[in-house]
Amino acid sequence: MALTLKLNGETHTVDAEPGTPLLWVIRDELKLTGTKFGCGVASCGACTVHLNGEPVRSCQTYIEDVEDAEITTIEAVGDDKIGAAVQQAWVELDVVQCGYCQSGQVMSAVGLLSENSKPSVEEIDEYMHGNACRCATYQRIRAGIQRASEILEA
Amino acid sequence: MTLNTSRREFLKGAAATGAVLLVGARPDGALAAAPSDTTQFNPFVKIDADGTVTAIVKHFEKGQGPATGLPTLIAEEIGLTMDQIEYEFAPSNPQVYNNLLFGPFQGTGGSTAMANSWMQYRQAGAAAREMLINAAAQSWGVDASGITIEEGIVKAGDKSAPIAEFVAAASQLEAPVEPRLKDPSEFRLIGNETVRRKDSAIKGNGQAMYAMDVHLPNQMVAMIKRPESKGGIANGFDDSASKEVKGYISAAILPNQAGVAVYAENTWAAIQARDALEVEWDTSGSETRDSDQIKAEIMAALDAEAAYNVNKADVAAVSAAIDGADKVVEKTFYFPLLAHAPMEPLNCTIEQTAEGDIVLHDGAQSPTGPHMAFQQIFQLPPEKIHIKTMLAGGSFGRRATPDADYQVEAALAFVVTDRTRPVKLVWTREDDIRSGYYRPAFGHKVRVGLDGNGEIVGWRHQVAGQSIMKGTAFESFAVHDGVDHSSIEGIADSPYQIPGMSLGLTDTPKATSVLWWRSVGHTHTAYVMETMMDLAANAAGRDPVEFRLAHLADASDPDQKRKANVLKLAAEKAGWGNAPVGRSQGIAVHKSFGSYAAEVVEVSGDPETGIKIEKVTCAVDCGIAVNPDIVRAQMEGGIGYGIGHVMRDQITLTGGTVDQFNFPDYEPLRIGDIAAIDVHIVPSAEAPTGVGEPGTPPSAPALANAINAMSGDLVAELPMAENGVSFA
Repeated sequence: MALTLKLNGETHTVDAEPGTPLLWVIRDELKLTGTKFGCGVASCGACTVHLNGEPVRSCQTYIEDVEDAEITTIEAVGDDKIGAAVQQAWVELDVVQCGYCQSGQVMSAVGLLSENSKPSVEEIDEYMHGNACRCATYQRIRAGIQRASEILEA
Repeated sequence: MTLNTSRREFLKGAAATGAVLLVGARPDGALAAAPSDTTQFNPFVKIDADGTVTAIVKHFEKGQGPATGLPTLIAEEIGLTMDQIEYEFAPSNPQVYNNLLFGPFQGTGGSTAMANSWMQYRQAGAAAREMLINAAAQSWGVDASGITIEEGIVKAGDKSAPIAEFVAAASQLEAPVEPRLKDPSEFRLIGNETVRRKDSAIKGNGQAMYAMDVHLPNQMVAMIKRPESKGGIANGFDDSASKEVKGYISAAILPNQAGVAVYAENTWAAIQARDALEVEWDTSGSETRDSDQIKAEIMAALDAEAAYNVNKADVAAVSAAIDGADKVVEKTFYFPLLAHAPMEPLNCTIEQTAEGDIVLHDGAQSPTGPHMAFQQIFQLPPEKIHIKTMLAGGSFGRRATPDADYQVEAALAFVVTDRTRPVKLVWTREDDIRSGYYRPAFGHKVRVGLDGNGEIVGWRHQVAGQSIMKGTAFESFAVHDGVDHSSIEGIADSPYQIPGMSLGLTDTPKATSVLWWRSVGHTHTAYVMETMMDLAANAAGRDPVEFRLAHLADASDPDQKRKANVLKLAAEKAGWGNAPVGRSQGIAVHKSFGSYAAEVVEVSGDPETGIKIEKVTCAVDCGIAVNPDIVRAQMEGGIGYGIGHVMRDQITLTGGTVDQFNFPDYEPLRIGDIAAIDVHIVPSAEAPTGVGEPGTPPSAPALANAINAMSGDLVAELPMAENGVSFA
């Protein structure tokens, strides 16, 4: 069935059956591959996108539930100043290793800083708990969020 | 390790259009043509007419840094900034792009990417520099000795020009046989703290392209329905329910009957159609054992006479010395199967070109593996098979199997089609956890005898587990006199001076598919060696650091000296012996892949209410740290990988079927699990050695020793969470 999505500021018409995870529409239909498939069960966070500014796991978000939402993916999150600050911090600190989880890490970090501009270490650890990184870049993710917070404060 | 690169001659090639400078190594005997024959020429560095310099990187990038490190070597020797060099991954060519430590085999593993490329890539860069300088000397009519290249600018006195000016002329010159390498005192980029990763920005903004991101026109997505237990054979299938899935195309039994390929227009359709497929399995040859039985076999082997006396010790004399010792410390250890679970599930894409060539798009860890397998499957000569290496979302060993398992699976799924549509094979996380290759389960039994002065008088060490290398193409490389070195590395060959050691090994029967897993045998041998050193030190009433140093006391042996140095540095930086109230420390040190790493883990809490890992302090000696920040990152990651798994992960089997499914029951390390990691690099003038793996081995025993220091209970069976330790 045809569905209309508002994604990264543009309107897209996609052909997808109800029950299709948003992840696969973004990746396979719209060919925006920055949003990653990691587990399919909302356990790793690699597929994190924003729905109306809130991070959600797109592998467990169904296409029929997002028709009225503003969807933002990693490809556009840097257009916003918080996203740009997080991406700048990620480069400054060379947070990434394999990088496969990092789109999701950035999306969650932007979600955190959007609601808490100066999170404590404990708040970071709690908020980012669901974003797995098999390379274990966690220490730099923590530092990256703190650095982005500084950039935004300046 | 010794790398014989000095006799490799350097070649240059000039493209037909003239204005490209290519520099690379001559394949041994395989290329006798003129150096300007670009059709046969595979360079390490390419300089376009406009001066764009590209490093051709022969190792895949899974996060460990070669896409930064190898370009750094070339940029250093030519005289460029890091912004003036690009990178691309080398094509598959085992003659030119082989790992110099692997023979005629292109592949990444054993933490060798920098170690084997160090001289080769520097020499390529140095040759390019000399050719550019010689071209400038001719053009300007000045002596080459007065010409320099810095930040991409060729200079002599008051003359200066960008390197682009001399690319065409340089491409007509002969390559130097022995180009002069820069002296370390001249290094501007190697060892420079400010050199950043070349792949950071694209990995933070979604632009990085992994194999999973390949979308070829008209491609199909294939998923394989595999048997519940390894060894099942597909005899037939019913896809009537799959046909209800929109986007389902067809299904076919793989030629080897190891599964049924399900083809669909997209990934989601493939997932649903595969779920709906009914397969008729012949399970007569399936693995049926439980992991408890596998463990029982291993434990029984530890109590029997070992099949191999690895270090040809006088076992009776060692046993007698221990029996007569003042104190005896004895422990039996068990290490479960572990999955690699790289973040990007396994996948690759295969297409056939109009000319009938086969192209594989893959995060290719060992291109030579699938390249050889595809020659058989497609009945094609090697030059008709091409591998495009993409970024890889982690591996930890999983993307390199001796039988090229997932690439072969994709090829089989492709070869049964009419080949008009590319086939993208995708594994789900469940496939990865349940159908994978695992770190083999291992058991160790150790008895250590101490005399009245607290000196070791005997160390009897028995190891049992499934060999990784036997029965593979790597057997002749890794198995000697029946002993698979990867089962026992890090014990008898440790730099420790341990008197009266006997090391026995018994292979246990094949239980499942096993594979190297970040740091291979050191994953278990370091745990045993380093917890036993602590138990022995405790029994002797000696400090664990002092006790270890006493077994590394020969300063004339560089191996002992370097291991002792990292131990002392880690202890100093961690404030060894001065843990804050309520905290305990544990230390471990281990040599692996040519590098030395010592780690101190500091914990709070207690095993009943919850252990909290407060800090890990690491000291590493990896020779020259080409990129110190990447070295630190690899230590941080290696520590996290080691600790995460011993905390709570295992793969278990019931009736031959894997019990775990996905991350909820194979829980990754999470951000809150380790509060801080602090890495210190020992300054060194030695050639670079490994960094991808050496951070892992000491991490788990250091944690175990810290918990033991707190509770008096050494965890000898893993994972810890299943053996009496809870984590906060």
